[in-house]
Amino acid sequence: MSKTGTTLVKRGMAQMQKGGVIMDVVNVEQAKIAENAGAVAVMALERVPSDIRAAGGVARMSDPAMVEAIMDAVTIPVMAKARIGHIAEARILESIGVDYIDESEVLTPADDTYHINKNEFQVPFVCGCRDLGEALRRIDEGATMLRTKGEPGTGNIVEAVRHMEKVNEQITQVKAANHNQLVMFARNLKAPYELVKEVHDSGKLPVVNFAAGGVATPADAALMMNLGADGIFVGSGIFHSENPAKFAKAIVTATAHPTDYALIAEISKNLGSPMKGIEISTLSAEQKMANRGI
Amino acid sequence: MVIGVLALQGAVSEHVNMLSQCGVRAKLIKEPADLQDIEGIIIPGGESTTIYKLLVREQLLQPLKNLIQNNFPVFGTCAGLVLLAQQESLGGLNGEVKRNGFGRQRESFESLIDVEGFTEPFHGVFIRAPYLKEVSSDVKVLATLVDGRIVAAQQKNVLVTAFHPELTMDNRFHELFVKQMIVTSEFVDN
Repeated sequence: MSKTGTTLVKRGMAQMQKGGVIMDVVNVEQAKIAENAGAVAVMALERVPSDIRAAGGVARMSDPAMVEAIMDAVTIPVMAKARIGHIAEARILESIGVDYIDESEVLTPADDTYHINKNEFQVPFVCGCRDLGEALRRIDEGATMLRTKGEPGTGNIVEAVRHMEKVNEQITQVKAANHNQLVMFARNLKAPYELVKEVHDSGKLPVVNFAAGGVATPADAALMMNLGADGIFVGSGIFHSENPAKFAKAIVTATAHPTDYALIAEISKNLGSPMKGIEISTLSAEQKMANRGI
Repeated sequence: MVIGVLALQGAVSEHVNMLSQCGVRAKLIKEPADLQDIEGIIIPGGESTTIYKLLVREQLLQPLKNLIQNNFPVFGTCAGLVLLAQQESLGGLNGEVKRNGFGRQRESFESLIDVEGFTEPFHGVFIRAPYLKEVSSDVKVLATLVDGRIVAAQQKNVLVTAFHPELTMDNRFHELFVKQMIVTSEFVDN
């Protein structure tokens, strides 16, 4: 008997993306540039995060016709975003056959109490996290891949660094904890004890954790890989740079060779300007996407 | 014994763990110089288009291709199978491969499969998996699905599976590769 939609094939799909770069694309042409540059997957959406930020208003799931056009144009996996808690958007994306759904804080949340119960879906989900508590709550809901939230659309890596370091620091603490401390960790992290115990026993998260939210250069990608990211999401960083095809290729190479600094120096030469960034302290609490869906 | 694991992209650490269960040390292969002092190589699961592009970019494609043609033992899973069955890529396995042969991620599945030479069935994990449509007469088919699609095969020094033994706790394919194919290898470094 064969079984589809199992935890193993959902988590396994994300494991196959390790060491790779997943790129935001808004049309077929960009999807092909991403595939040619060596992206392991593309995220199909109508506007990249920095444009969502600039446009304001409510950001929703993309037009399914646009997502399907991209699915037809490339052979690599295609991901798409649903609003936090928006079960219907997720079911629609599942029905057209996207390979992964990002339940994403980049879009305007649809439910301020519950995330989607991702265990009920055949399609796998990736979710953002800022700390181990968020990571384990999302896994409990059925997320089979994680990413840092970072601060999307800013081209500023500092928040992604903070979130990756926080998760890893808490894993180290959980690993070293005794039984009583694990019970306290579960309480303080607002996470199920069983998952805290699993992290304690294995010394790692049960799913892969990518970096996202602020990656703009090959050096940013290398930094995040060195901090322990399993792979990289790039949102606005590629197609808002001066030379998208070159940036895309250079970020792929830096992600595959994150400690080969001579190589990264070589590919970083004369790349042109990266996306214009935003200093995080200029954002108000309401403007920070990372505060959504915690 | 040291076996290389191609480490440009994909499920690399899973293969390293499997090899260590077999008592073998793994060496990560990222550039041509890394190909020294290994007795076999694993091409892991991942995105075959990405791995192919990186093989070309790192100038690893031709040296690896030459090794494989000279009987160097190689084991490819999923994306690895695709690269080994495409003659313009690594080559080494004479057959016709169908990429994403079962469809998209929603068609990814787990199934118990019978494997030639294994007494117990193997837990096959197929993720956007390829399959072999047909293979030439010098290829030994190790496993087929009920509908006849070929999902594991061996041709002399080349072992391939369309599924991911590295995602299970079962190291029989890795044992087969290490204990039979490498130990009896006819590879001569010239």
